[in-house]
Parts: sequence; structure tokens; C-alpha cells
Amino acid sequence: MAFGAFANSGPDLSASAPRRRSYVALILLAPGILYLIATFVAPLGSLVLTSFKEPGGNFEVGEYVYAFRWENYAEALGRFGEIFGRTFLFSLLATIFALIISYPLAYFIGVTLRRFPLWQSLVLILVIAPFFISFLLRTLAWKAIFSDEGPVVSFLQAIGLFGPEQYLNGTAFTVVFGLTYNYIPFMTLPIYASLERLDLRYVEAGGDLYAGPVQRFWRIILPLSLPGVVSGTLLTFIPASGDYVNASKDFLGSTNTVMAGNVINDLFFQSFYPVSAAVSILLMIAILIPVIAYVMKSGSEDLL
Amino acid sequence: MTTQEAAAIAETAPAPRRRGRARSGRGGTGSWVVGAYSLIALAIMMIPIVYTIVFSFNDARRSNIVWRGFTLDNWLGICDDDRVCESFGNSILVGVTATIVATVLGTMIAIAIVRYTFKMRTLITVLLFLPMATPEVVLGSGLGSQFVNMGVERGLWTIIVAHIMFCISFVVVTVRARVASLDPSLEEAGRDLYASPGQVFWRVTLPLLMPGILAAALLCFALSFDDFIITNFVSGNAETFPKFVYVAASRGIPPQSNVIASAVFFLAIIIVVAAQLSAGARRRKLAKTG
Repeated sequence: MAFGAFANSGPDLSASAPRRRSYVALILLAPGILYLIATFVAPLGSLVLTSFKEPGGNFEVGEYVYAFRWENYAEALGRFGEIFGRTFLFSLLATIFALIISYPLAYFIGVTLRRFPLWQSLVLILVIAPFFISFLLRTLAWKAIFSDEGPVVSFLQAIGLFGPEQYLNGTAFTVVFGLTYNYIPFMTLPIYASLERLDLRYVEAGGDLYAGPVQRFWRIILPLSLPGVVSGTLLTFIPASGDYVNASKDFLGSTNTVMAGNVINDLFFQSFYPVSAAVSILLMIAILIPVIAYVMKSGSEDLL
Repeated sequence: MTTQEAAAIAETAPAPRRRGRARSGRGGTGSWVVGAYSLIALAIMMIPIVYTIVFSFNDARRSNIVWRGFTLDNWLGICDDDRVCESFGNSILVGVTATIVATVLGTMIAIAIVRYTFKMRTLITVLLFLPMATPEVVLGSGLGSQFVNMGVERGLWTIIVAHIMFCISFVVVTVRARVASLDPSLEEAGRDLYASPGQVFWRVTLPLLMPGILAAALLCFALSFDDFIITNFVSGNAETFPKFVYVAASRGIPPQSNVIASAVFFLAIIIVVAAQLSAGARRRKLAKTG
């Protein structure tokens, strides 16, 4: 269910025709699966091999030979331990804020607007509208809005909350704001998909049994929409933890807001491939462990 | 659009509606608060979109940050900044090529998964799931370091290779749903009328799958067109539109890039609204004929 697009697509009519065993399956699967092995599995292997490389050859920048230099990992953890902590904190905060903003929004579209299909489609288009305009330009728009001469800082100075020297861009606030903003649709859409299917007669039955609004929410609505919350959380947390655009100094971040993605990107382009690869592997492990635990705990039977 | 956005979109695929006769959803101060809260959230989400479109009309010379007055020059002279134009062309080329290849490969897998039994099914499912669950920076640096290790010169074609990779899973996700909801009796009817297996596929199965395949292709193109994080690692000197924006960000974005983003935005909105309207019309027609 995590990425459960498969599940939500109408009646499964194919069930009435038993699956066949045939060489045709092999022909259909082979090209795509081989492609994924060559361009997804092999690069992950390559990343592992690279992460153990040591300087070699003529010892020029970017020249490394295959070795088993586990110190790359020690270096990655030692130098960037704080950055891993920050990456986790920022992604977690962005996920929580996105959930707080998205749940009522998804409820509004999926339940309140149910009786107005035209408005429902219209608002849904507004939710996905950010997908259609360059993600980088949208982030730069926020940078301009939060800039020192921009409307937000001027307003905060005018009402006396900010001194003349205070600024917003490049702080943890703008980075978490940018992450939250960019991933709100990921959170809203799966929760909407769950709430849209919510049978309101259950809620009514709860009311008939003297459940108050709070109880109806906690014991009926929330549990029934939990699959959407699980999907939305994963769809927000995973990309947020690997994002290096929001935290980049040319966008909403600064040297004080560096995240794991920035380290991977910067080291890669400075040709420090082994440590960059070690940070990538550590990030992937750090993401996959909570994701697997979360998926298992929330009882997702099928991955696809 | 990023890969996770695509997963989010795919999740909202239309489902059979079970509408209860809703009394409890109606009225009350609660729904007013939820409504107001949602409208404020939506309004804030629209700010950067409006900003980007408005500044496509800015009479800016070098840096497009301060408003200097209205002009149509940027719209009339998109190619005045030739790097904007060239990177846009590259993005279209990469998007179209990657979409065609990924849609064919993904559709084949989707059909196999729904219709056939085969060995290592779980393993293949995990293999299709993992690219969607891996942070893009890891996908990018992995493919990037593989190209470095192999001594491959990076350029447009390595970008295409990468985009096909991250599109395949999403095509499988989208098309599989369509294959699963296909009524097998339609193909049976074809066979009863002495159609060969090839004829059944080309004249019955494929046309019925088309809406799903088109949706998958659009999704893949949108993903490819807006991808920066993966592209950055595999692009070498080649420049796609998002990469141009990223590189230019440190010294000021020319207003022509806002024009391209706005034009793409309007086009996408028109396509989505048209799809919504035609789906609505089809539903009403079906409801009428019963």
C-alpha cells in the first residue's frame, strides 16, 4: 500500500481469469527487468564498491582504485554526523508540518466537497498545480519573498518583531518551510484518496452511539484514513531527506543548513567519489530502516 | 515533478465511489474551520506559482528579482537567451525519448505481472518498488559513479538512460491498474471470433489499455521534464532546463526561464482540465444511457 497506486484503480476483473504460466511472461519481463538491473541494481553495487575505494594511480584528484578502505565510512560518520542528525530533524519537521497542513485540506476536498463534484475537481487541480511549474523556480520564488528586502522581512521589521540586522533566508526556518511547501501535495493526495473513499455512514453510526466529534475523529475517521497517512508520510519523508535544492546556499539554505544530499552532491562534484558514495550508502540505510519498520508496523501487506 | 510526486498522483486514480447518504458531513462550525483553513493553505501554495508567472512579464535586464515594469518582450523573445532555449530543447528531446522507451518497457512488465505467473515474483516486485523508495540523490550518485567507474562520457544520452530508469516503475504502477480492471471476457469474445493472439492484442487489448498507457506516458514526461536531482549527476556538460535554472540561480535567472515555466504550466493545466471535463462528460453520458 505504501506506493499503493496499484490498489486504487477499480474492480480487479482480471481475477476471474487465472494467471497463466507461459514463456510470453519471460519475453514481456526480460527487457524492462534487465534494464533496471543494469541501471538501478548495478549502480547501487557500484556505489558500494566506490565507497571502499582508496586514492591511487597517479594520486591526482578524482583518481581512485578498488580497495577495502572502510575508513571512508568512519570519515563520513565522523565529519558529517551532525549533518545526518540535521537531515533527519529537518525531514521529520517537514513531514509533521506537511501532515498538519494536509490532513484538514484533504478532509475538506474528500469529505466536505463531496456534494460539489465540480468544486472538488477544481480544488484538486489547485493541489496538483505546483507539479506543473518548475520546482526550482518555485523555490526561487520563496527565496525572493523571504529576501532581506522582501515583503516578509519588511513586515516583521515594521511590526517590531525583527531588528534591522535580522534575516530569514539561509536559516533552518526557510529550509524547513521550503521542504514543507514542496512536499505538501505528496501528503495531501494519498490522504485525500483515503478520505474520498471513507463511507460516512460509519461516522453517522458513531454519532448514533453517542460518540462526540473528537471520538468520531480518533476512533473512526483517522483509523480509516491511516493508509493514506502512511503513504503520504513516506512520500514526504523519503524525498525530503534526500533533497539538496532547498538547503542549497543558492536557494533557501546556507552553510548552516547543509543536509546529507548537499554533502553527496558537493563531494561528488569535487571528485571525492568514495566519501560521497559512503554518505549515499549511509543515507540509503538510514532511510530504508525506518521506512521498512514503518511499513511493517502499519501493516502494509503489499508493496506495490 | 519528482518521482514521489508521481506516486502521489498515481494514488488518486479514480476509484469506485461508495457515497453514503451523508448527514454528518453537513454544516457545523467544524466544517467552516476546516474550509477556511484549507483555503488559506491553498492560497499560500499558489503564491510561488503566481510569482513565477508575474515575473515572466518583468522588464528585467540581468537579474529578475526586482519588479521593473510590465513587458511582453520576454514572451516574444524566448530565445533571446539562447541557453534557455537550448536547454528547453534538450529537455523536450530527453523527455520524449525517455517516455517512449519507458512506456513500452513498463507496459510489458505491467501486462506480465497481471496476466502471468512466473518465478521470483516477490523479488521482481521489490525490484520495481525500490527505485520509488530510494532518495533521488542516491539514485543519481549511484548512476553517476557507475558512469565514472566505467569511464563513460556523460551527456544527453546518459540523462536519457537515467530518466528511463526512474520512469519504468511509475509506468508499471499506472498501467498495471488498467490491465487489472480490464474485463477478460472482451478478449475472449475476440478469440471466439477467430482472431489470432496478435489480432486480439493489437485490436482489443491495446486499445482498451490506451487511457492507462497515455496517463503513464504523461506522468513519465512530467517527471523527466522537471527532474534536476538525478540529472545533475549524470549530465556532464549537457544542460536540461532544470539544470540551467540551478546553474543560473547563483548569478540570476533570466526572465525567459519564467516564460518557459509559465507556458508549460498553462499547457499542463489545459490538458488536465480538458481531461477532467471529458471524463465528466463521459460519466454523464454513461449515466444517461444506463
